[in-house]
Amino acid sequence: MNSKFISQIQNGEPLAVARALTRVERGGDDARNLIRALFPYTGRADIIGITGAPGTGKSTLVNALAKELCAREKRVAIIAVDPSSPFTGGAILGDRFRMQDLAGTGIFIRSMASRGQLGGLAAAVSDAILVLDAAGFDVILVETVGAGQGEVDIAKHAHTTIVLEAPGFGDDIQAIKAGILEIADILVVNKADRDGANATVAALQMNLSLNPDKRAWRPPVLKTIALQGKGMSELADAIAKHKTYTNENHLRVKKEAARFDDELRELLKRELLGKKLQNVSDARWQNWIDEIITRKRDLYAIAEEILNA
Amino acid sequence: MSETPIRVLVAKPGLDGHDRGAKVVARAMRDAGMEVIYTGIRQTPEMIAEAALQEDVDVVGLSILSGAHLELFPRITEMLREKGKDDVLLVAGGIIPDEDIPQLEAMGFTGVFGPGTNTNDLVKFVQNEMAQRKTKAEG
Repeated sequence: MNSKFISQIQNGEPLAVARALTRVERGGDDARNLIRALFPYTGRADIIGITGAPGTGKSTLVNALAKELCAREKRVAIIAVDPSSPFTGGAILGDRFRMQDLAGTGIFIRSMASRGQLGGLAAAVSDAILVLDAAGFDVILVETVGAGQGEVDIAKHAHTTIVLEAPGFGDDIQAIKAGILEIADILVVNKADRDGANATVAALQMNLSLNPDKRAWRPPVLKTIALQGKGMSELADAIAKHKTYTNENHLRVKKEAARFDDELRELLKRELLGKKLQNVSDARWQNWIDEIITRKRDLYAIAEEILNA
Repeated sequence: MSETPIRVLVAKPGLDGHDRGAKVVARAMRDAGMEVIYTGIRQTPEMIAEAALQEDVDVVGLSILSGAHLELFPRITEMLREKGKDDVLLVAGGIIPDEDIPQLEAMGFTGVFGPGTNTNDLVKFVQNEMAQRKTKAEG
């Protein structure tokens, strides 16, 4: 690995950082060697996840929050994930469109396509976080794809997870459902100038008051109007408060452990799959699929054959 | 393993607000399997150069209908060069008189596409250019 390239990344030089991100997105040996070289310099950045349904205002909130954090003298980087087409693999990455205010501020924005990964992120997000961490950014904001109820992967990567709601997106039954609301460290009701904002806040508060563990962190429910930058100071304060709480209760280390536990398992899955399939021709694979659809053999039998090969 | 998708920045420099064409092009490229970063209207040369750099795109597509292309495009190409992002394929579209095309080509624009362009032709052009660059780089 070229040591000049590594030090350029560590110095946060935009061209080097951008090329490093491309490299981890492409994967393979180049990505592996790069991460190996950068890994000792990681572990300092605060990773903040932002998730919520499409149209709740995630990108607009990231834009406003990044400005607020910048004003607090933080060096901010943003990873914004949008979905890839399941049919063509193409994508429209439109989050940056809502972050025009950040041009020329030194804030580094990178758009990523999910490239087939479920769970609301892209497979390369964990490595991209490491690159930006090594590049010396204080805060890395990670915006997920527009999430449904079950895209909860962000909580495994982030030190603090912000879940966005908007008025009119659901009633008090939605509020007690399992899934995305459970991963929130901070709940935000954005577009709070719209009808029904207070009802949404009340439904979320009611649900939180039912949490059995009263000593645990209780996520604050904040109202924001991201388009006007309203509520960002309170949001930045809540993030700082959550950081203090996680540090005092040694939760940051636990979160890191959970994050790398998950990443190691994911990495092993990918590597093992790659190893097992590297000598399998397309024709052979197609033959297996044919055997399955004609009901000659079942999936377990084929899987066993591959594993024992 | 499948090919890495081509990454494209689609932006509109200057002050005209007509972005239908840019959106049609963005969608056509998406449907051809490319990853399109869409930043839309009223982009300054600084914004475009910064986005191209941070996103590390392979292609920059600029759409302009105001007639300011000879004013704005050279500033964009200059900034890209300054930032060291000089490896991108530059493509332009919109209302661009034929007599201006040689000047744009001299600035480094490889393709100039006017109204009535078939999006398939545009997609094929980009794919071919990228494939040629790849073989050159590997050659």
